[in-house]
Amino acid sequence: MTVEVAKHRELGLTDSELELIVEKLGREPNDVELAMFSLLWSEHCAYKHSRKLLRRLPTEGERVVMGPGENAGAVDIGGGHAIAFKVESHNHPSAVEPFQGAATGVGGILRDVFAIGARPIAILDSLRFGELDSLRSRHLLDGAVRGIGHYGNSIGVPNVGGEIYFEAAYEHNCLVNAMCLGIAKQADMVRAAAAGVGNVVVLMGASTGRDGIGGASVLASAELGEGDDAKRPTVQIGDPFEESKVLECCLELLEKGLLVSLQDLGAAGLTSSAGEMASAGGVGIDLDVARVPLREADMEPFEIMVSESQERMLAVVEPDKVAAVIALCEKWQTGSAEIGVVTDSGQIRILRDGELVGEMPVEALVDGCPLYDLDPAEPQGWIYGNRATLATDASSEETLLALLASPSIASKRWAFEQYDSVVGSRTVRRPESADAAVLQIPEAGNAIAVSIDGNGRRVACDPYAGTVEAVLECAQNLACVGAEPLGLTNCLNFGNPEKPAPAWQLDQAVSGLAQACEQLGVPVVGGNVSLYNEGPEGPIYPTPVVGMVGELPDPGKACGSAFLGEGDVIALLGPFEPSFAGSELAKLRGELDTGLPRPDIAAVSAACATVRDAVREGKLSSAHDISDGGLACALAESAIAGGLGCQVDLQPLRERGCSPEEALFGEGPGGFLLSGDREALDALGATQIGVVSGGTIEIAAGDRSFTVGVGTAEGARLSLGSQAEYDGT
Amino acid sequence: MRWGVLQFPGSCDERDALQACRRTGSEARLIWHEERDLDGIDAVVVPGGFSYGDYLRAGAIARFSPAMEAVSGFAAEGGPVLGICNGFQVLCEAGLLPGALLLNESMRFTCRQLDLIAAGGERLSIPAKHGEGRYFAPDEALDALEANGQVAYRYAPGQNPNGSARDIAGVRNEAGNVVGLMPHPEHAVDPLTGSTDGLRVFEAVAAAGTAA
Repeated sequence: MTVEVAKHRELGLTDSELELIVEKLGREPNDVELAMFSLLWSEHCAYKHSRKLLRRLPTEGERVVMGPGENAGAVDIGGGHAIAFKVESHNHPSAVEPFQGAATGVGGILRDVFAIGARPIAILDSLRFGELDSLRSRHLLDGAVRGIGHYGNSIGVPNVGGEIYFEAAYEHNCLVNAMCLGIAKQADMVRAAAAGVGNVVVLMGASTGRDGIGGASVLASAELGEGDDAKRPTVQIGDPFEESKVLECCLELLEKGLLVSLQDLGAAGLTSSAGEMASAGGVGIDLDVARVPLREADMEPFEIMVSESQERMLAVVEPDKVAAVIALCEKWQTGSAEIGVVTDSGQIRILRDGELVGEMPVEALVDGCPLYDLDPAEPQGWIYGNRATLATDASSEETLLALLASPSIASKRWAFEQYDSVVGSRTVRRPESADAAVLQIPEAGNAIAVSIDGNGRRVACDPYAGTVEAVLECAQNLACVGAEPLGLTNCLNFGNPEKPAPAWQLDQAVSGLAQACEQLGVPVVGGNVSLYNEGPEGPIYPTPVVGMVGELPDPGKACGSAFLGEGDVIALLGPFEPSFAGSELAKLRGELDTGLPRPDIAAVSAACATVRDAVREGKLSSAHDISDGGLACALAESAIAGGLGCQVDLQPLRERGCSPEEALFGEGPGGFLLSGDREALDALGATQIGVVSGGTIEIAAGDRSFTVGVGTAEGARLSLGSQAEYDGT
Repeated sequence: MRWGVLQFPGSCDERDALQACRRTGSEARLIWHEERDLDGIDAVVVPGGFSYGDYLRAGAIARFSPAMEAVSGFAAEGGPVLGICNGFQVLCEAGLLPGALLLNESMRFTCRQLDLIAAGGERLSIPAKHGEGRYFAPDEALDALEANGQVAYRYAPGQNPNGSARDIAGVRNEAGNVVGLMPHPEHAVDPLTGSTDGLRVFEAVAAAGTAA
């Protein structure tokens, strides 16, 4: 057993997990079986440190068509159609090789969506890097943006939105979360459960190579550290052209009713897809690795079973339809091979040319991994450090320009212009033109809106409140375009759950997510957990990323964030109580500390409903949620977008007890910045604070009053490109 | 009027082009890349995307497809052909249009709504999105294009997104029945998505065919 001990640990299994495997098999696993167990029992596949927590999340709702456990969640959009969506991380691959890591992150999430029979119609991405004065961060940013563009642009799915934050806590371990939405006829949707003893298992798409061996276990389920360059072979290489062909082929196969079920090959490759299909269907599967088309002839059975080569799909097909399936694959010039058969054995059996090389009960392999309780402990104080880059006595004007130029707040145009946002003819609101992306759905006669949010710094200050805020921000973004939330997906990016502080952050965050979803009545239809996001300096900011999808009847009525009309009244709505806690300004001043005010979810929800209705009735000129950088930044953003200035007096906020500076730059959930007709805003109960006019932003805030030109503010806001492409060191 | 829209493996904008053709009030159908039969087709769109992955040089493989052979014959007989983005690249590779498309000056893919100036002076708001869209031809050839009135579209002053020579966004052949441009008129046919100016491009091509 001594030799085996080293091997299983190398593969990421603990001694007690190996003992459990031996017990379940009634013998020692051989190399093939050990490799397969190590992957399916990894954190990445088994969610062994998070599954118990995730049970807290509400997953039911009358519009839910598919919930957690499928390749993607889906909600009813009307007209017999559903919108499928999911967000997934590709953090560690991107930290090791950003271009391919991010590209294959997009490829993977696309496959999740078309695996259920939905045509992908939009991509969004949520990215986190270290500060841009770091060469490494600029390298990771550039590579990730190019990779996302390379894959999404080539495959013809528009990238309609997203967010990027830059914080030192992500210096070593960047985050790349990709979200995809797809549209499906509900009648054509397919689940990932194998069924029908004697049915044929067909592997479609690319051939299988040695790329991505052990990605889920060695790379995704361990901390990053020294020697990560040596992990490059565990990063997969993407081929969007192959994916484009497989996508079209799969959708045509499903439309023609030729498949029993379909599953993508992602983390843990064939092992995971075959195992999960068998488990979901309560059947067994026999696979013959000699029938798998290979890129290298001498691959070992275990390598074939765990390879994470991209652009592959696994289908279960009735025997009399196999010829038609293969013919369609040939039409689309993509691969297909009959590699196995559905059995009633309850076993996954791996054969090589008919000779048995591995045999495991499906139950043990897929569902047998022990689930662990966390051992959480709240850290004492602020554990992430502070770095002051702005003097506390900077003038209001300097402060605003510094905030607008802060890469987390600055316009992300430099990034999103590298993505095709218009292909597909659905994009009614493009990136940064409104708070949420809006896509028309002629199939159902309406439109959807989507937003992705998650400010890790605020979650670090208070994991519960910060996560509630992430959900509220999504809901507010949707309200600004007149959309009602239908469902939510999430990606929980956290540190090592075996350590007390990240465990506590995760526990608190899941509670916040559950509470916010419960109170807003938004079901969680899917998600992904990415743990062990740590570098040598410690864990990342805890970063739950929330993607929310909503419905609106008339996309033409969706408000933008830009001021539109000279003379329009500017007003505030919602329970906005700005403070410096966790704010961008507190960061720039090096004054971050723990603690956030507890959000009033019900009050924010009510404000969302008011704004949503007003937008739908066409009563507003603009709607924008007050977020990073506070009200002054929100005003500047609306002014810049519209090319119009404003005169504003913040006295009403000061009457709520804010200092002039808090009123200007303080942050907190619940605030909407609206513009429009005076009577309409009055009728909403909004608080008037000023008027749209001229070419300067003039803000009266006691002794911090100031004026700045819209052009000057725009210059600061458009500075991301020069910071990202700075070629010094 | 019946449009045919080519579909290669890796095409991205063919469905959008199909819809755009229909919005001009015409019929339209997809033409699979292995088809050679253009019977009943009055005008052809070679659409945008990444035909065959474009891993070699944009459009370099698609030009050899059976459908492109048919399009060459169709164009030689005066049939109207519109190449958009990747389609423009394919038409240049096929020798149906002069010049070549190089990597953008920025070395980055760029997606942006911008203004085009049509040969007649009309200003059109149309999105451009490409990584290899920098129009290039030798100076003498550019002089000849301008002298012959073959520059179909230019980027409005200050809006050239890729470093194209003389702000050229699109060109036509000498006969005038084959037109290619980098920006995407098929993504400017619906007021909801930003503009309907792209319809003018389809109409101009259809008219050129009718004249021929």
